[in-house]
Amino acid sequence: MSLKSKSISSKSSLNEDERLKKISPLRVLLNRPELGALGGSILVFIFFGIVAGDTGMFSAYGMLNFLDVSANLGIIAIAAAMLMIGGEFDLSIGSMIGFAGICIAIPAIYWGWPLWMSIVFAFAMAVLVGYFNGIMVVKTGLPSFIVTLAMLFILRGLTLAITRLITGRTQVPGLRVLIEDDPLAWLFATDTFKWLFTWLGSLKLIELRTDGTPLATGIPPSVIWFIALTLFATWILMKTRYGNWIFASGGDKVGATNVGVPVGRVKISLFIGTAVASTIFACIQVLDAGSADTMRGTLKELEAIAAAVVGGCLLTGGYGSAIGAAFGAIIFGTVSMGIFYTDVDTDWFKVFLGAMMLIAVVFNNYIRKKVTESK
Amino acid sequence: MSDYLVQFNNISKFFGKVIALKDVTMRLKKGEIMCLLGDNGAGKSTLIKTLAGVHKPDEGEIIFEDNKIVFDSPKDALDIGIGTVYQDLALVPLMSVTRNFFMGREPQKGIPFLKTFDVEKANKIAADRMGQIGIDVRDPSQAVGTMSGGERQCLAISRAIYFGAKVLVLDEPTSALGVHQASMVLKYIVKAASEGLAVILITHNVHHAYPVGNSFTVLNRGKSMGTFQKKDISREKLLSMMAGGEELDKLEVELQEMDRIHNKN
Repeated sequence: MSLKSKSISSKSSLNEDERLKKISPLRVLLNRPELGALGGSILVFIFFGIVAGDTGMFSAYGMLNFLDVSANLGIIAIAAAMLMIGGEFDLSIGSMIGFAGICIAIPAIYWGWPLWMSIVFAFAMAVLVGYFNGIMVVKTGLPSFIVTLAMLFILRGLTLAITRLITGRTQVPGLRVLIEDDPLAWLFATDTFKWLFTWLGSLKLIELRTDGTPLATGIPPSVIWFIALTLFATWILMKTRYGNWIFASGGDKVGATNVGVPVGRVKISLFIGTAVASTIFACIQVLDAGSADTMRGTLKELEAIAAAVVGGCLLTGGYGSAIGAAFGAIIFGTVSMGIFYTDVDTDWFKVFLGAMMLIAVVFNNYIRKKVTESK
Repeated sequence: MSDYLVQFNNISKFFGKVIALKDVTMRLKKGEIMCLLGDNGAGKSTLIKTLAGVHKPDEGEIIFEDNKIVFDSPKDALDIGIGTVYQDLALVPLMSVTRNFFMGREPQKGIPFLKTFDVEKANKIAADRMGQIGIDVRDPSQAVGTMSGGERQCLAISRAIYFGAKVLVLDEPTSALGVHQASMVLKYIVKAASEGLAVILITHNVHHAYPVGNSFTVLNRGKSMGTFQKKDISREKLLSMMAGGEELDKLEVELQEMDRIHNKN
């Protein structure tokens, strides 16, 4: 569903056709998978703008706060969305986050590896886990729901068992001192655009601490990763051959195979994608907290899938967008943080999450009908 | 050099004890439309899969442009120019016309490792090709799901031709279509043949096959009942051969009998 409507109205070779009905910009928008999530995001911002506009939620510090939460979720939601477009699920995302965390922490703390080597090790393990998920689904033909549900338990169990075996507890602290001077860790642990915030602070445009330094010190690494991954995933989906194969594999496995799309390889690579995204998530969180926790990432797989669905991905595959998933993550991140700024009890967040997802699914279903039956 | 573009000589295929095909022979010239007729269970599907390289024949030979050919996979068949359009068409309704047209064979541009899908070129070719067969894709980025059944069929055929098919194998291209849509597809098939392709049209609908076919091969219970040129056989004769003649004759007698009794009362 590529450049769709934009290309129709602007590309010269085609729009000369007098039979080409003028399509209103609204129709064009309605045909995009990310419309729902975009509209939802705007509504959420308007809502909190009214309810919590004067509470500091929209100060630089407050905004970075909810952007950070959104970005973290977004990193895994984008990978989950790509996998869903390819026609599969990954329920082991959350467990992979916990597993990747201890893959970084234990070698670094207990075996004396340099931090960068532990990070590389964690990514290598992610590729292995993703490959295993993918090959199981492709070779056995079992639903990915079952295969990755098994992996959810296996990975979480391994994480707990190994950590307790080696360390005698369930948390591995002490990473923070290793970050400095590490050749790789900065990728996941550096706030950027500090000069901007210092400058804004000096102009007294953003809040300052009592010592005169700005409260918000820079853009957290999660946000940079989030933006980069959104752009990268969108480029792949819209602009590459591999992107077309993802849509084809999810849209009709048999048909795609018949015309020569390597469906198996596409799916395996997408499973590796979700595992690697989980590891990026883990790196950022573990290095930020300075410790790995065996329970880290619990239930994150469901939030990632929810964000992808709100972002317009169909549960049946073959349709969706990375930008949509990014907005889905922004909705969830904003609400989960924004709710603290309102009088609403935070217990209501899950109610919102569920309701949002239901609405999204109904809406997506309607859109799919529109797309395929508008003759 | 023989007259034939492709020959399937004495093809047999067994599945264990079951004889799915026995001694089926089909020979096609360029520009010829051969209709393969048969009732359900006659062995049409097995034959198609053998032509497409999915099954290897247990006996017999395939000769393409005077060379004996053995297919190890469907890709081999595609590579020498036997394009098969299956009943499911291998189209994804949610994807655009262009994306379907080039599915698996996307044109690329750019430098190595950063190659992008050349969507503009693909859009242009897809719109062009569909235009040639009189289908006005108002917008090649519209979803295939918005097209009619006949248009989808034509898209699948057009795709096979674009990617180098010299022999088109069409599996029941009109079975799910209304009269108007079916005639659109049949017209396109005739046009493709007139441009030099050999077409094998598999169908159980004599009324669709008879007007377009040059020759007819009738399959019954895994065996060929022979190949007939159009001038040598009538529509009614074909129909009765397909159904195994006697059965229809019997039915006719029974119906007359019922009629007689009914009129009496």
